[in-house]
Amino acid sequence: MTRISASPDTFPKYLLLNAERFRGRPSMRHKDYGIWQSWTWDEQLDEVRAFALGLKAIGLRRGDKVAIIGANRPRLYWSFASIQSLGAVPVPVYADSVAEEMAYVLDHAEVRFAVVEDQEQVDKLLSIAERIPSLTEIVYDEKRGLRDYDHTHLHAYEDLRAVGLKRLAEDAGAGKEWLAEVEQGRGSDLAIMLYTSGTTGRPKGVMLSNDNLVKSAINGNAFDNLGADESTIAYLPLAWVGDHLFSYAQCYTAGFCVSCPESPDTVDADRREIAPTYFFAPPRVFENMLTAIMVRMEDAGRFKRRLFDYFLKHARKVGEPLLNGERVGFLDRLLYAIGEFVIYGPLKNRIGLSRLRVGYTAGEAIGPELFSFYRSIGLNLKQLYGQTEATVYITAQPDGQIRPDTVGLPSPEVEIRIADNGEVLYRSPGVFIGYYKNEEATRSTKTADGWVHTGDAGFFDRDGHLKIIDRAKDVGRLASGALFAPKYIENALKFFPDVKEVVAFGDGRDFCAVFVNIDLQSVGSWAERNNIAYASYQELAGHPRVYEIIAAHVDETNRRLAREPLMAGSQIRRFLVLHKELDADDGELTRTQKVRRSFIAERYGELIEALYDGSAEKYVETEVTYEDGRKGKISATIRIVDAKIYEAPAETIREAAE
Amino acid sequence: MNQRPDHTQLTAPDDGIAKGAVLLEVRNVSLAFGGVKAITDISFDVRKGEIRAIIGPNGAGKTSMLNVINGFYTPQQGTIIFRGIERRAMKPHHAVRQGIARTFQNVALFKGMSTLENIMAGRSVMMKRGIGWQMLWHGPALAEEIEHREKVEEIIDFLEIQHIRHIPVGKLPYGLQKRVELGRALAMEPSLLLLDEPMAGMNLEEKEDMSRFIIDVNQQRGTTIALIEHDMGVVMDLSDRVVVLDYGKKIADGPPDEVKNDQAVIDAYLGVPH
Repeated sequence: MTRISASPDTFPKYLLLNAERFRGRPSMRHKDYGIWQSWTWDEQLDEVRAFALGLKAIGLRRGDKVAIIGANRPRLYWSFASIQSLGAVPVPVYADSVAEEMAYVLDHAEVRFAVVEDQEQVDKLLSIAERIPSLTEIVYDEKRGLRDYDHTHLHAYEDLRAVGLKRLAEDAGAGKEWLAEVEQGRGSDLAIMLYTSGTTGRPKGVMLSNDNLVKSAINGNAFDNLGADESTIAYLPLAWVGDHLFSYAQCYTAGFCVSCPESPDTVDADRREIAPTYFFAPPRVFENMLTAIMVRMEDAGRFKRRLFDYFLKHARKVGEPLLNGERVGFLDRLLYAIGEFVIYGPLKNRIGLSRLRVGYTAGEAIGPELFSFYRSIGLNLKQLYGQTEATVYITAQPDGQIRPDTVGLPSPEVEIRIADNGEVLYRSPGVFIGYYKNEEATRSTKTADGWVHTGDAGFFDRDGHLKIIDRAKDVGRLASGALFAPKYIENALKFFPDVKEVVAFGDGRDFCAVFVNIDLQSVGSWAERNNIAYASYQELAGHPRVYEIIAAHVDETNRRLAREPLMAGSQIRRFLVLHKELDADDGELTRTQKVRRSFIAERYGELIEALYDGSAEKYVETEVTYEDGRKGKISATIRIVDAKIYEAPAETIREAAE
Repeated sequence: MNQRPDHTQLTAPDDGIAKGAVLLEVRNVSLAFGGVKAITDISFDVRKGEIRAIIGPNGAGKTSMLNVINGFYTPQQGTIIFRGIERRAMKPHHAVRQGIARTFQNVALFKGMSTLENIMAGRSVMMKRGIGWQMLWHGPALAEEIEHREKVEEIIDFLEIQHIRHIPVGKLPYGLQKRVELGRALAMEPSLLLLDEPMAGMNLEEKEDMSRFIIDVNQQRGTTIALIEHDMGVVMDLSDRVVVLDYGKKIADGPPDEVKNDQAVIDAYLGVPH
């Protein structure tokens, strides 16, 4: 073995180090054929080396770009290290992107190779192959259905791995040759290219160096005290910077074990079996978990329900202070301990978080009630504010200083300043190299002295915590001059389990009005219990009794908004329930499931006008796109309903009018 | 290093018949229930490795034909030759032992049992240990159970139903139940798989999934398939050869394109003016 430096600067070097220092400890697990299969760090080294030599045998060269497409599975994670060990650059791509998007990204990145999961991805690539002139070889993991394909430029992962193993067995120099390749890697080298889904315009390729990732990961590990004993589950898209940092960079630097679920449909069950100690999820996942719990509780017996309500009420009172280490009376502690035994513990076990030490939510603001719910039952859920361009970390909440409405203090080694227009700027070791082949965008985002524009508006509160209100360009004003932060209103309403998505309008208008998307799981279960028949999502969404439920939620939201000085002016005056689910395939959401407001405003222009012209209903036709690219049309007559406005306290009006 | 099992392990058993040779021959078979003639003098064959479709209007005798093949009905006349051996009266479980498995038009699963248990049930015919060992469970019976469970897990993986492994099938949507039923039939590792309307009552997406599974079963495992189906698009795309029945009689037999343009078939489906 060659010398291993104590603080490696690339991931393949970390792999060599880990195979030594964590020999025999698990690095990766994957549920396959119903059983958790594990690989130790030394076995992982063998896998990565074998596949790297296989890739070399089919001509992978230093500097090549390699697309990686598929679900979270060990072989795709190993291919990151295999590719990097040869000095090539992995470019993970969202596996569910439609052919059009994928063609653009792969062509823009000039990928020469692609490592993909299965036949579905191979077919997709073959269908767009002529638009990606640089692409020569495709490697697939899952063999099924691919036997009769033309294999001149198509390779099975297993075969390449076998080629690598054979070389290692036959040629004593092969192992050394590979180590020499690894040695050539530098911290300043381009480590990975991640395409941001982009709420506007074409995706941009964010170039991150080894240094960016290694330093951010080490800082993150230190911040939360993460070591080799953590356990995580990898279930978020490989192409997303968060997953790359948590499931790859932090895993390699800290040496903990990452588990891959059996299939995307089994994540919940697999999480329960693994019980991660370090867990990351966008608010949507926490929302879905809570919705599922609430729906199940509705079906529970009276006694259980009362027990549940009683202890949750107690948790709301003392759970968070306990977690923050504040003083709590003895009786309250005792009652909380009983609650832990009868309700909180089983609940945490049910959602697979009973061993959780640190949980993060980011990507979007989380509803304060949702956030408090998880913290109150004793889960150390924290908020994080980050970006692909920053290698995730900009701010994070340190233990004991958690508040639902802020995103925390600047992360280690991160400097932050607020521009005159309220935009947040940062500078850190994680700041990206630039956008690939897009000098112009790089210049407009990253200043010459390394400051990066986030595009988010925010401010520091008295304790130095950063508070993000909305996208800088989305924050507007009502015609009255009152502040209008759409995301704030949307999040307030989205807390209700029946509501899946909300789009708020109001900038430059007389009042605030919203589109509501119902949650099919929650509302469907309610309909079943109340004997309400429906044939489709559309029919359920338009049902008068569903409207009544949503009206009650809007009313409650208005009541809450009225209490907040800055927001009282933007209470919801009119709303409608959309006839279709907002969908990334139709371009209404980004691939990370964020609402694309401007696109929706354009697509549903007629409906927005109807919200403001006082009409009681509106007929619309909407085009929908299926996953295979075909298009269809759905039409509906949508009712629009008025909501009650609450009187704001006197001093509020003064503030809002300023 | 860990070595993952490969799907190709689960192939149809080698029954000594070359690909393309006749696996099953139905010769001059007639079946009547009292005065009702369900099948009259029908002859056709199924060749090893092919997908053979049996189509026809309602009441043409398709399901009766399947029931004859798997031994549920015994025809009054004619012979059935499977793997070169002529057979007369037999029980369905004999057919299973000979390597014929089937699915049903109306899903016939154990509703209260989980997906896993249902598919395991499909392997019970191959379990060698008697009830005594099974009750003791330890020792040879346990080893046998593990061996069978491995095969079943491969089927679960193959059909992509991991997420419903432990869910009682009665709670599953129809499309998934059909898939579980296919799984149970596959668990018997048949050399001839009979599918009675595998796509009935499915939506487009479920049909596409099921078609893909049928093709995969046929191509990767080399399982010969005889299927009844009403969806003509599916039949024409999937099958290698089609036999058409009408009022218990064979009216056409050949490749899909040929059958599609056959006047007798068009008349049977669309009706003839009198």
